[in-house]
Amino acid sequence: MTKTVQIRVNGHSLCVPVGTVVAAAIARAGVARFRRSVMGNPRGPLCGMGICMECRVTINSQRYSRSCQTLCAEGMLIETDE
Amino acid sequence: MGESFDIIIVGAGIVGAACAAACARGGLRVLVVDRGPVGGGTTAAGMGHLVVLDDSQAQFALTYYSRSLWHQLAGLLPADVEYNQCGTLWVASDEEEMAEVRRKEKLYAAAGVHAEVLDGLELEELEPNLRPGVAGGLRVPEDAVLYPPSAARFLLEQAQQQGAQVRTGVSVRSLLGEGGVVLADGSRVSAGRTVSATGPWAPELTPGLPVRKRKGHLVITERYPGFVNHQIVELGYLKSAHGAGKDSVAFNIQPRKNGQMLIGSSRQYEAEDTAVDQPILDRMLNRALEYLPSLGQLSAIRVWTGHRAATPDKLPLIGPSQESDRIWLATGHEGLGITTSLGTAGLLADLLLDRATAIPAAPYSPARFAKTSSVND
Repeated sequence: MTKTVQIRVNGHSLCVPVGTVVAAAIARAGVARFRRSVMGNPRGPLCGMGICMECRVTINSQRYSRSCQTLCAEGMLIETDE
Repeated sequence: MGESFDIIIVGAGIVGAACAAACARGGLRVLVVDRGPVGGGTTAAGMGHLVVLDDSQAQFALTYYSRSLWHQLAGLLPADVEYNQCGTLWVASDEEEMAEVRRKEKLYAAAGVHAEVLDGLELEELEPNLRPGVAGGLRVPEDAVLYPPSAARFLLEQAQQQGAQVRTGVSVRSLLGEGGVVLADGSRVSAGRTVSATGPWAPELTPGLPVRKRKGHLVITERYPGFVNHQIVELGYLKSAHGAGKDSVAFNIQPRKNGQMLIGSSRQYEAEDTAVDQPILDRMLNRALEYLPSLGQLSAIRVWTGHRAATPDKLPLIGPSQESDRIWLATGHEGLGITTSLGTAGLLADLLLDRATAIPAAPYSPARFAKTSSVND
């Protein structure tokens, strides 16, 4: 059995395998819009390697966290700008 | 050899831009020349505060006059200038600094500058992220902040609407004692008078000028609207700004209109390079953390540096130079050039056009540094 952790994405609980990056977990939760640009346009992961800053979300109340550079941890609370 | 101008202004920073606007409005034919872009030097490293300060009577007069000119202009400023009348909060750590708060309030009230003395609890209510237990502070509600490079561009556009010409990317090799300049390519442009608004680089064109480069660091964060609501400055700021020491830091934060937090300030002499100096940056941010303990949870996205133009008596140089009455100066504004750009321009244009000045111009006259005077700081 793969080990899993339980997290919440916008309040919805889900289990993901240990080692899953937050960006993948958000996608798995069916969320396409990670954040909004200054002009209000939808934004999501682009580079996947921590450079483009497009995938920023709020993780455990910490705003502007790069979801592609953060691993899911047990009980993590993730919020996107839906 | 066709072209001739009444005034050539060297430097398209905020001081040069303001001077250009005031001179053009006065009917003078103006050319502005800058080796870089508009507002790309000291202007781009200024926090953009529009404040009244009272380190000296002359400083108070110039900052108050300038701030009133900004208030007049505020309604015309385009959105990208990010003018925000957030007010200044001077934070007093202890009772000794509270005595200074009360002294300031009296002085300001006598001059008609609106200011309120706050106790520690009132301060906490206005700025919940400030560390608890500060003695109190002074709120100056009519102070403001803006984004300096856009303000410089706006002022130059005003000048251009009055017929001024602007040439960027053009270096000036020398200023001519008989009026006009020699450009880097050797060509001459003649003018009745030249104004050097070249900030800390002024001694390159007028050697011997008592202007020194004073380096500063700035940090800007992601957007955290409401993290602070005022420009907050420690009262000890004046000790840093006006102390004679080589290196100093002081807590200063501004809420930008878009929610970003702009954090200063550091002051260093004998630091001509523009590289980020990690030890003093650490000192600066630790100082800010002493006042805003939760600041450490914010993400900074950029750190940069610049140089102020410091003079021995902390006042700018506005008026004819020692060398020639055709070479004028508008430099030496240290950390107050954004505020005092408009007052400088008002004085300069009035002097050039033989009009009465709004405030006495003598305290800022370059003549106060006679050739024989010893310059120290």
